[in-house]
Amino acid sequence: MAKRHDFRYFFHEGLSNMFSHGFMSFAAIGITVACLLIMGTFTLVAVNANALLADLEQENEILAYVDDSYTEEQAKALQSQLEKVPNVASATYISKEEAMEDFKAQYPDEEMFQDLDPAILRDRFAIRMVDLKLQSQTVEKVKEVEGIAEVNAFEEIAGGFVTVRNVATVVCVALIAILFIVSVFIISNTIKLTTFDRREEIAIMRMVGATNGFIRWPFVYEGFMIGFLGAVISFFLQWALYEAVAQGVDTNDTLQLIRIIPFSQLWVPVAGVFAGAGILIGVGGSLSAIRKFLQV
Amino acid sequence: MIRLKDVEMEYENGTKAIKGITLTIEDGEFVFLVGPSGSGKSTIIKLLTGEVEPCAGRIMINGFSVSNISEKQIPLMRRTLGVIFQDFRLIEKKTVYDNLAFVMRAVGAPQKEIRKRIPYVLHLVDLEKKADSYPTELSGGEQQRVAIARALVNNPNTIIADEPTGNLDPERSLELMSLLVKINELGTTVVVVTHEKDLVDRFGKRVVTIDSGHVVNDSVGGYVGGHIHG
Repeated sequence: MAKRHDFRYFFHEGLSNMFSHGFMSFAAIGITVACLLIMGTFTLVAVNANALLADLEQENEILAYVDDSYTEEQAKALQSQLEKVPNVASATYISKEEAMEDFKAQYPDEEMFQDLDPAILRDRFAIRMVDLKLQSQTVEKVKEVEGIAEVNAFEEIAGGFVTVRNVATVVCVALIAILFIVSVFIISNTIKLTTFDRREEIAIMRMVGATNGFIRWPFVYEGFMIGFLGAVISFFLQWALYEAVAQGVDTNDTLQLIRIIPFSQLWVPVAGVFAGAGILIGVGGSLSAIRKFLQV
Repeated sequence: MIRLKDVEMEYENGTKAIKGITLTIEDGEFVFLVGPSGSGKSTIIKLLTGEVEPCAGRIMINGFSVSNISEKQIPLMRRTLGVIFQDFRLIEKKTVYDNLAFVMRAVGAPQKEIRKRIPYVLHLVDLEKKADSYPTELSGGEQQRVAIARALVNNPNTIIADEPTGNLDPERSLELMSLLVKINELGTTVVVVTHEKDLVDRFGKRVVTIDSGHVVNDSVGGYVGGHIHG
């Protein structure tokens, strides 16, 4: 007889499997939701932390002071040399006058600062880097440029940013891996119960000459539906949770510095990853559950 | 055609169930396989359905070499067989119709063919009015007739019945055996494993007697030799 994929039959069987073990399916969906939510929350925290760190990195500058003996023209001429230094993204010239204006602007209420002579300051370049990790090498190279008297860099802060991000990434990846394995294990056991309940049916199917594929498909559909349903529910819960946290951060005065990425910018990848992970967990779990029933 | 040549079978626990059996069953034959408990009858059924593999010898069933069959070919071989069990093995939550429909779907039969074939098979076993009943609503005899209908529904070449009357009273047993004879007369090979001497004697068919893993008698007419344990 012709070999074909009887989608309607498999879907119907998968769905009825799911409903006939309502409680277990509910538990499996619940576990998927919990796992996806935890995974999602950690990932979104990491994504936001990354974005925040990237912002802070952007703001992290090296200040390179020009030798006092250089005239303004000579000092400005150093810009092209500085921009040639590896890992330098940009070098912005700031004259002593501009630096003094900035300084005064920071303390508008301090009258004694308002009359200061800009000559007490030095011309400088604000240098931004491509990669923060290479800061110390970049500082050395900038120091070697003739006409640069001194370089001011906050190496500890830069190192701190990099460490925080690395730790966050490792923790996140480890948690996701563990939760993924736990989810697959639980779904696998749920579907094992379904298959155990239907072992007679499976035995009869084998006896009449059903192929392994035919026996396997309804369970794959069941796993798919559990995973997908779990993904949909967790997506909406994640959305609600994210908005609530974002609003909380937004209205909290002490957290004003933290910029939360709007969910509208994240929902497509979140939906995609949730759907993918949910389906992978569901189908993976069902395939591992049915394997032993297909060995005779 | 079923052909066993010098077949030996030993289970993992060391029990030697079959000790060199050679047996041929031609197409269209009706054969009773008889013998006391533990004689090896059930192992022969398992060998024929591909549930266990022989340790030695060759088995050919309807053109398939079961002794060295590939995993992909097992379902195809099984489609040439219809198996009936002592305990019926019907799916309780499916109606009679669905019990038959699902085995047709399992071999990829189209819906149109399923709708056409099931009423015909139910008519053969005189259960056309029970199509919508659930197995638990049927008597033992009726349930076994559903099992026969299920074995027949994919139009197999051979029916293998393992103690099909074991759970039935003498009257229902006779009825059921008559039905199997009728199916055989329509051209299907029938192999019945049983230990019911009276029934076997009544039909005067070929009887193969197994004892301690050997064929001890192969003759036409009635139950020969061997003491029988229920």
